[in-house]
Parts: sequence; structure tokens; C-alpha cells
Amino acid sequence: MLLTVTTTHRPATDLGYLLVKHPDRTHSFDVPTGTAHVLYPEATEDRCTVALLLDVDPQRLGGGRKQQASPDSFTLGQFVNDRPYAASSLLASALAKVFRSALRGESKDRPSLAATPIPLEIHVPVLRCKGDPVALFEPLGWTVTARVIPLDDVPEGHPLAGDSAYVDLTLTGTLRLADALNHLYVLLPVLDDAKHYWVAPDEIDKLLRSGEGWLASHPSKELIARRYLAHRRSYMLSALERLSPDLSADGDLSGESAPAAPRDPSLAEQRRDAVLAALAASGASRVLDLGCGGGALLAGLIKDMRYTEIVGTDVSSKALDLAHKRLHLDNVPSRQAGRVTLWQSALTYRDDRLKGFDAAVLMEVIEHLDLSRLPALEASVFGHARPGTVVVTTPNAEYNVLYEGLSGMRHSDHRFEWGRSSFAAWTDRICTTYGYNAALSFVGNMDKSVGGSTQMAIFTLPRKDES
Amino acid sequence: MTEIDIPELALVALVGISGSGKSTFARANFAPTQVLSSDYFRGLIADDENDQSASADAFDVLHYVAAKRLKAGRLTVVDATNLQSHARAGLVKVAREHDVLPVAVVLDVPESVAWERTQTRPDRTFGKQVLTRMHRDLRRSLGQLAREGFRKVHVLRGADEIAGATIRYEKLYNDRRELTGPFDIIGDVHGCRAELDLLLEKLGYPAEGVHPEGRTAVFVGDLVDRGPDSPGVLRRVMGMVRAGSAICVPGNHEQKLARKLNGRQVQLTHGLPETLAQLEQEPPEFVQEVRTFIEGLVSHYVLDGGKLVVAHAGLKEEYQGRASGRVRSFALYGETTGETDEYGLPVRYPWARDYRGSAAVVYGHTPTPTPEWINNTICLDTGCVFGGKLTALRWPTRELVSVAAAREYYEPARPLVVERPDTGLDLQDVTGRRHLDYGYGRTTIPAENAAAALEVMSRFALAPETLIWLPPTMAPCSTATVEGYLEHPSTAFADMRSAGVGTVVCEEKHMGSRAVVRVSREGAGDAIWTRTGRPFFDAERNAALLIRVRAAAIEAGVLDDGWMLLDTELLPWSAKAGGLIRERYAGVGAAGRAALPAALTVLDRVAARGLDVTALRERMALRAEEIAGYSAAYRAYVRPTDGLDGVTLAPFAVLAAQGVSHSDKDHGWHLDIADKLVAADPALFTPTRRMLVDLSDPESERAATDWWLELTGAGGEGMVVKPWAGLGATDTRGRLVQPGVKCRGREYLRIIYGPEYTRPEQLERLRARNLGRKRGLALREHGLGLAALDRVAEQAPLWKVHELVFAILAAESEPVDPRL
Repeated sequence: MLLTVTTTHRPATDLGYLLVKHPDRTHSFDVPTGTAHVLYPEATEDRCTVALLLDVDPQRLGGGRKQQASPDSFTLGQFVNDRPYAASSLLASALAKVFRSALRGESKDRPSLAATPIPLEIHVPVLRCKGDPVALFEPLGWTVTARVIPLDDVPEGHPLAGDSAYVDLTLTGTLRLADALNHLYVLLPVLDDAKHYWVAPDEIDKLLRSGEGWLASHPSKELIARRYLAHRRSYMLSALERLSPDLSADGDLSGESAPAAPRDPSLAEQRRDAVLAALAASGASRVLDLGCGGGALLAGLIKDMRYTEIVGTDVSSKALDLAHKRLHLDNVPSRQAGRVTLWQSALTYRDDRLKGFDAAVLMEVIEHLDLSRLPALEASVFGHARPGTVVVTTPNAEYNVLYEGLSGMRHSDHRFEWGRSSFAAWTDRICTTYGYNAALSFVGNMDKSVGGSTQMAIFTLPRKDES
Repeated sequence: MTEIDIPELALVALVGISGSGKSTFARANFAPTQVLSSDYFRGLIADDENDQSASADAFDVLHYVAAKRLKAGRLTVVDATNLQSHARAGLVKVAREHDVLPVAVVLDVPESVAWERTQTRPDRTFGKQVLTRMHRDLRRSLGQLAREGFRKVHVLRGADEIAGATIRYEKLYNDRRELTGPFDIIGDVHGCRAELDLLLEKLGYPAEGVHPEGRTAVFVGDLVDRGPDSPGVLRRVMGMVRAGSAICVPGNHEQKLARKLNGRQVQLTHGLPETLAQLEQEPPEFVQEVRTFIEGLVSHYVLDGGKLVVAHAGLKEEYQGRASGRVRSFALYGETTGETDEYGLPVRYPWARDYRGSAAVVYGHTPTPTPEWINNTICLDTGCVFGGKLTALRWPTRELVSVAAAREYYEPARPLVVERPDTGLDLQDVTGRRHLDYGYGRTTIPAENAAAALEVMSRFALAPETLIWLPPTMAPCSTATVEGYLEHPSTAFADMRSAGVGTVVCEEKHMGSRAVVRVSREGAGDAIWTRTGRPFFDAERNAALLIRVRAAAIEAGVLDDGWMLLDTELLPWSAKAGGLIRERYAGVGAAGRAALPAALTVLDRVAARGLDVTALRERMALRAEEIAGYSAAYRAYVRPTDGLDGVTLAPFAVLAAQGVSHSDKDHGWHLDIADKLVAADPALFTPTRRMLVDLSDPESERAATDWWLELTGAGGEGMVVKPWAGLGATDTRGRLVQPGVKCRGREYLRIIYGPEYTRPEQLERLRARNLGRKRGLALREHGLGLAALDRVAEQAPLWKVHELVFAILAAESEPVDPRL
């Protein structure tokens, strides 16, 4: 909520003319989040410092719309947070309001000074800083000093020892004041990675206006655009297109003009293809995708008309909403309606609706369940629903050594990852307990000593007439 | 005057031509809502009761409504001509689908009478030939009704007989709800007369006559076959039934024996030849008596006000108290999946697994080494004839009494194994919009709350078998009126006083993480879980912690055989919530403690230049002070821990133990056990300071207030004020009161309401906080939790416990101000 700008350009008090705020007076402005004060702690011919102090009124925060990409997802955070103390989009907004003409580079009294780079020192005592401030400010001509603020004054090993998320930031350089202010206006919220207001399309204009002359050539422009526009992808793309009109002409954002070389399918794609092939081979027409998530596999099933009834289930209603949207289930032609259904279901409970299907898929699902809960899944899928075919995929833990930089498991929510023998033992147990036969295989890259990246088991119930 | 007998639950089809007086008869003899008239349904569909083109749709809806009524067990009368067999077939089908008896009441009036009546009705425009045709249909129908499946056919001839007829309702044979026992339900005897005599003696039955305490024996069937003395068993049982000291349902073996005795072709297997050989030795009159006895047996009984159902192979809920071929077949043979097992025997469908009925079902049929309650059902066939034992269940006390077989009389076709059907839970036990009547109240769980809870429960929580209780949320005391305070003991005491509570205990509120701990002497199934049912640490640390708790509980002498459930707070807060504290609370503190001094420096320099910033400086200085207070507040709950070193538990209640809920114990009892645990392992357990307060004594209140000020002044979170009587405390009208209200310290609340909440203008605004929703939620969750403990104590089926625990979790999805 505080930043200072110091210049040693002589006469330094001309800073007052550039900002249109007299150094010998105090200035206060009402802004939507509190009161902004403009004060001069020093004002001599040699050195002049202006301070922008935003006295945040916490009661004016929190109400209204939910913050976008806000770190305050913790519900109490709505009421108790760092906004009154740390520099953020609140301070940036206040800056834009109280120094409007300076930001535009206009000055009635000192027009040539406004257009001249002058020695500046900017101090932001507390900035919530996600990422590297040097990478953002240095390309713009600043010398950056960022001192990390400790979380607390405690000895090593104490739970409160170590760094906080805040830095004490000092920038020095010789720049036009307007550029300096625009850098702050854009980059403070970018480093904070949060906006206190709803980001609408006009934010793109604000970004481009403030970024004029420097953003287009900034090496981190994508990061800046993404965070400034609150991670809204369509806004970001539109901003980047407008920043580099040459590129948008041939619609290639990557900057490569040659057509992209055919690339190897990703592991996820290979897995999906392998599961689809297994289902096709099973002769199933009514299929279940258990733990369908956002519907990646369902999309593949829908395209294949051999499947007359496709049901995706997931325990997360959020995932189902996403799948519903991605599969455009709201505007399916009436002939197709009813072919695809999404249900909330939990695999640790029996669900009568899942009975009587030809096949079911558990693609990368079992490892998201605690081992102690796995028997409940087994009973509900293999014991109760009893589809004729069950396709299960799960990571091969032994393969993990081949992933560079991977320590531990492949996903933070994985409760276990099995090697080949554990998976084989599990499939054996299922077969014995529930009367299925199983065939094991791998998906993805194969390694001689550790096997493939993904393990797959295809369980089948022996047909009645064969038994 | 003609009396016609109709079963209490039946589908009654009136049969008669137009103008025969069906509607008049229905009006005279049944309640309007019991009568479904085709005219009425035609009107609903077509706005015209006589629009024959609407008939198909009208009957569709009529059948639908009839089905709903029959499903709910309500007598239903269909007022339509019902002159054609296809129309009646539809009704017979609906009746059979719901296992109720179809009954036909034929109103037979001369065509001339009907024609006369028809002519007086302006809405009837058809000609006389229509009536003639109808009359012909009626004549043809009369002979067919019984064949079509109507179990009773009453024909009323002429207007006078119809007008004079009255209905007499008869109970179904299986309805013996008036018998309240006490009962001794006896499993499959299979000709083991010696063991039967021993068991009956053990149960107190004299060799002749009735039980001196008026008890009734109930035999679940399969008295005969395989064993050494089937005639002896029959003789004893038939004698007891005759004497009124026993009732009996048939088993599949009696059924087959009766068929054989009736000269039918049956396979001489499964011990039937032995019985036939033994009967050869008996006089023919006895065999005749046996035949009559078996034929008179009713396939199942509903007893003791509907609380008990006895059938040989069990009975699912929708068949109880119903009558149809398939109900009888289920009762005798159970349901099979159509598959056969490795011994060539039919695989039985595990109906008990799906059973959700409120009546206990006691049955036999499937030999098992030890009887086990599964979803309120129990199988008493303990394979006596196979060398096992003969078992009786005493009702209503549910004790098991058995005698061992003298020897193996017959070799079993497959070994006796515990057939423990998967007691897994069904999605329908928890999802959708659900209404729960849990004994302490009633609640409705909105579907969206259940959906949210489902994800937490199935992805993150412990297994339902373990998770038998979740802590309810707790409401704060009413907002204080004392200046400078948002919460204060005075309102906490006032709250309890107005709830009719006379004595309270103030317990120090520990600031840590709520932890529910289940420990047992054996250690199997022990667990520790959080407020939302998640495991606390990793498996290794949990196990290590539980071993220490168990050891202390044993040393303290508070852990009997079986298990106990402790309500505790795990300390320090940072042990579990370290990441959260760093990210949220300490971050805010660090930012504030860095920013405010910087601002003060700037302001001091501005002031030094002769500019007046006094007011602003004062505000910033106050903020600096407030952020210091805020930082001190959370720092008080952060302590270094290493693994389990430094982690302690503060127990404050013993919720339950095996077979018993402790909701009736006062807090003196609870805290006494807590103290014993602390004494047994002072490093592991943290004591809970407390003070008893007599709410009629202002001096007592003043002392407690001073105590609270001292506690919170030293960085304590505050206290919880609980009715001394314990968890089950009720008001004068018998309703549960809040099990406790929290009264949090002034400094602690900075963490919750923000560093500057103590400013007068902010306090004023915060005083408007609304506690109603939070209180309602707290009380509801408390009641659900107590009910869960009760059900655990009475060994209720898992789903009955789980639906309550799930409801507590679902209630936590209610939007409530998180600061309360």
C-alpha cells in the first residue's frame, strides 16, 4: 500500500510539476478501496521523493464480485488478508487515478522534462511477488534489488521460519517518469498475480495503452498479458495478437512459419487410443467410462457409432459440468440425445444404474483412491455392476525412473503407483474373487527392463455358454 | 344382508355393466380416495368422462396410480366395467407386481334395470344394444374370473343384494403383528430331536404345555430331513403349536415332503429318503397329521407390531406382509442368481446386503458357522445336522442361545463357511434429496449438499466402517454487549440459562485441530480422523500415535474390552495446519509488520518538513499496534514439532465405547477419564482446564469470567460452555440443547475478524452478525452425531450409521459465515 519515487534530477522538486502535486502540500484522494495520500518526505533541489500511500479500508473489500485468480480462495481470506499492507492492483489503480496525466507522459508545465529520461529510484517496501521481479523489470532498463521479507523473526527450524511471499523491491534507472509509472501500473498486479476487480474486455485496451512502447518487445510479454488479464485465455490471445499484428496475419502465434512437423502422440493420447481399441475389440455397444473427468475418453466414444449408449460417471460435479460443456451436450441433435449420459457416482458405493453394461473403463482412476478403499471399488465395479469387459489403466511405477526430474509419484493426488508385479497381483485377486479373466499389456514407450509407461488390464467375464 | 370378505390389502375390481350401480356401491362401501374410477380418469385426460377415445390413456394413468397405492400398502378399488378379460388382466398384473391379492366383486343386475338407469342419465347416449353386448360379456366373464387370477370372487345379484352388501375386512394370514412375544426363534432343526429338546430345555420350555414366562417358540422351518429323528421333531413342534406355545413357518424341506406325501413326483435327495424311511415306522394317522400340519403353514409371519419378520429363507422388505406366489417362493427358497457354485449348488442372491427395511428379518436356510446380523437380518441355521449347533434368538433381547450337535449326522454338500455378504453401501443410501428422521429431529439434505459431501467422503475420508462419527460444528455465544468485546462469558451464560440449563462446565478451548480417536485393546480398526473425516498424518505416524494412546488408555484403566471413541483436540495447531498458517495468517502478519513501519518512516519525514499528517500517522500507528496483536495471536498456537515429538492430544469427551453411547454421562465423568489419560502419559496428553459454574449464582459467574479473562489474556483461544449434564442434555421439553457454545478471547478473534476488528465502529458493525443459521446447523449436526452413536451402540447396519455421518458432512456444505 506504499510506494515511493525519488529523483535526483536537478531541480528535483520538478517532480511535483510532472505529477501535478505540489511538494509542500499533502494531497488526499478518495479511491474505491480507501484513501490515497500523496506526500513528499523529502523535496530539495538535489533530491525529491514522492510517496503514494494507500490507506485501504478493509470494509470496502471483499464485498461485490468474487476476486478472479485471487489467492484468497480460503474463505476467511475474504475478511482477513494482506490487501491493506502489500502493493497490489489496489495500489496500481490508485496510481492510475492520482497520477493520470503523468502516466500519459503529459505535463503542462514541464513538457520537455516529461519526455526526458531522468534518474529514478522506486521503492515498494512490500510487494507480494510471485515469480522473478528481475526478469520483469530488468529488460525495461531497471536495476533491480529485491530483498525477500522473512515470514517471522524466529530461529531456523521453527514452523514460521523462512521466507514470506513478499519482497522489498527497489528499482533504479534512468527512464521517463511516464514509463516508470506505466511499468508499475502493469507489473505490480502481474507480480501479485491477482486483481481486486472483475476483468472485462476493456482491460485489454488498458494493458496495451500502458504497455505502449515496451510490452511488445518484452521477453515475458505472454506471462504479463496472461496474468494482467487474470488468466483469461481469449483475452490474452487477443492482446498478444494486437501487440504483434504481423504475426496475427498468418495466424501463427508460435512464430514459426513452417508447418508444424508431425509429432508423436502424447502418452494420454496413446492411452486413449489403446482403451478405445480394447473396447472396440470387446464388441461392446453399451459402455461406461467410470471416473470420466472432463470427458476426454467420452469424446472418442461419441465419434464411434458402434456405441449405442455411453455413460460417463465421476464423483466430482465440477468435472461433470466441464465434460457436459466440452461435449456440447446441451445441443446434441435429438436423434443422438440420450446416447450420452453423465452421472455423478462414487465408485466406493454400489450403484444399480451401472448394472448391465457391456463394458466399463477405469482409465487412470484406481490410483486416485486410497488403497484401503480399493476393495469397495472392486466390489462395486466387479461384484455389483459386473460389466462383461472392464478396461483398467494405471501408471507403471517402475517406469518413473525414466522420467527426468520426477521424484515421488506422477500426480499429487495419486495415492499409490504400482509396479508390474503389484498390478499383476491385483488383477489376479480380482479374477479369483469375481470370476473374471484378465490380459495385461502396456501403453506408451516400452523399456526393456522396467516395462511400459502405463499398465493396462482387460478383464472379461467368461461367457455363460462357455462356462 | 350379504357380507363380503376382502383382505385388508387388496386390489378390488368391480365388475358390472353400465348402470349396474358400481359407483354407488363404491361410494357406499369405500372412502372416495380408495376408488379409482375409469370415468374420472377419462375426464382428467379428455375433459369428458365419456370420451371413449381417451380410454387407453385413462387406464394407463389409472394403473399407474393403482400401482403407487399398492406399493404403499393401500387398499385400492377400481370402478370400471371390467367386462373384458384384457382389461382385467391389466389389473391382475398390477396386483401381482405388488404382491397383493386381486379380488373381483361382480354386480349383476338385470339388463332392464340397467337400461332404466341409463336412460335417466343425460350423458349416456349409447343404445340398448350396447348394454346387451355388455351383459353378454358379463355372463362370459363370470366363469373366467378365478382362472384369470382373482383370488376371491364375490357375485352380488340384483339391486337389493348390492344395496344391502357390507364389507368385512380380513387380515392376511401372515399378519400376526398382535403377537408381541417374547419369542425364541429357532433355526433349522433337520430332524435333530435330541438337540431340539436340549435347546428347548435351556430356553425354559417344559416337556408339555406352555412356557412358564409366556414365551413363544418360533420355528424358521426345515424341521425335517437329513437328521436322525424327523418324526420326533415334527411331533414335538406340532404339539407345541397345538398347545399355543409355538408358531412355525415352513421350510423348503417341509414343502417337498408335503408334495411327496401328496403323491407328487419329487427327487429323493437331500435327506428326504431318511425322513420317508423314518415315517414308515409311524402310524398312518401321524403321517396324515403331518401332511395337514405342513399344508396349514403360512410362509412368513409379521410379528411384534411389525418389528419382526420370520421366514425360512428371509424376506425382502417389499414382500413383507404381502401375499403372492413369488412372496411364498422367496420365503421358502430365497432368490438365486441363476448361477451354480463349484459344488453344483445354486448361488443365492445376497438379498440381505440390499435390505434396508426397519423390521428385523430372522431366517434360516443357509448353514453358517455363527449367526451374524447383516442389515438388520440374521440367519439362524448353524448347521446342527452337519455337526454344527442348533441356535435360537431370543426376542426382543436379541441374545443367541445354542446347543452343540452331538455329532455330524449328515455330510454337508459344501463346507460351512462364513458367508459374509459384502455389507458395502449403496449410492442410494446417501445421494439425492433425502429426508432423515434421526430420533433427535428431522432434517432434509438438499441434493447439492449430498453431491458435495459425496466427493469428500469417497475421495478423502476414511472408510465408512471406521468413520462412525463426525464432530458437529459449534456455535459461538450470543454477541456480547460488554464494551470492547464481541464475545464474552456473560452472554454465553445467558444463552445456557435461557436454554434451561442450571449448571455448566467451562472448558478451556484448545486451539489446535479437532481429532476423533478410536482405540481398542486389540488395536484392530483403530484410527484418528479430522473434522471432515480425513486421516491426520501419514499411516506410519498415525499408527505410532494410536499405539501411544492405546497404551495410555490401558494403563489408565479406562479401556475395557472392545474400543472407545475419544473427542480431542490435537495440538499444536501448526502440527496439522502449518502450511495454512504460513500462507494465510503469517503472510498477512509479515506484510503488515513490514509495510506499516515503512509508512510511519515516510510520515515522520513528511512531518519533519512541517506538514501536518498527525491524523494519518495516528491511524498508521494504530494499525501497527493491531498487526502486532494479530501476529501475537497466531504465534501463540505455533510450536515446533518433529514427527510426533511435541504433538499432544487434549481429550475432553469419551463419546462411546463398544456397545454403548456415553451421551448420558455428565462432563465430570468425561473429564475424569481425560484426567486419567493425562496422568498416564503427561507427555502425550494435554489437560483441559475447567471450571464449574452455577448459573443461579452471580459470584460463580464472576469467578468464571475472571478465569476466562486470565486464560485469554495469556493467549488462550477461549472456552466452551457446556451443560454439565453432558452431550445428551435436553431442555424442559425434552429437546436437545446446544452441547456447548464457544466464547472466544478478544485477542484470538483478531485472527478471525481481522487485526482491526476491535475498533469501536467495526465492533458495532460486527455485532449485527446473525447466529441463527449457525446455531441451527450446530444443533442438527449434534443430533445426527448422537443418533449415529446410538446406532453404533445397538449394532445397527452400517448404512444406518453412515447415512447420519454423511448427513453431518453434507450439512457442512451449508453456506455459513466462516467466522462464526
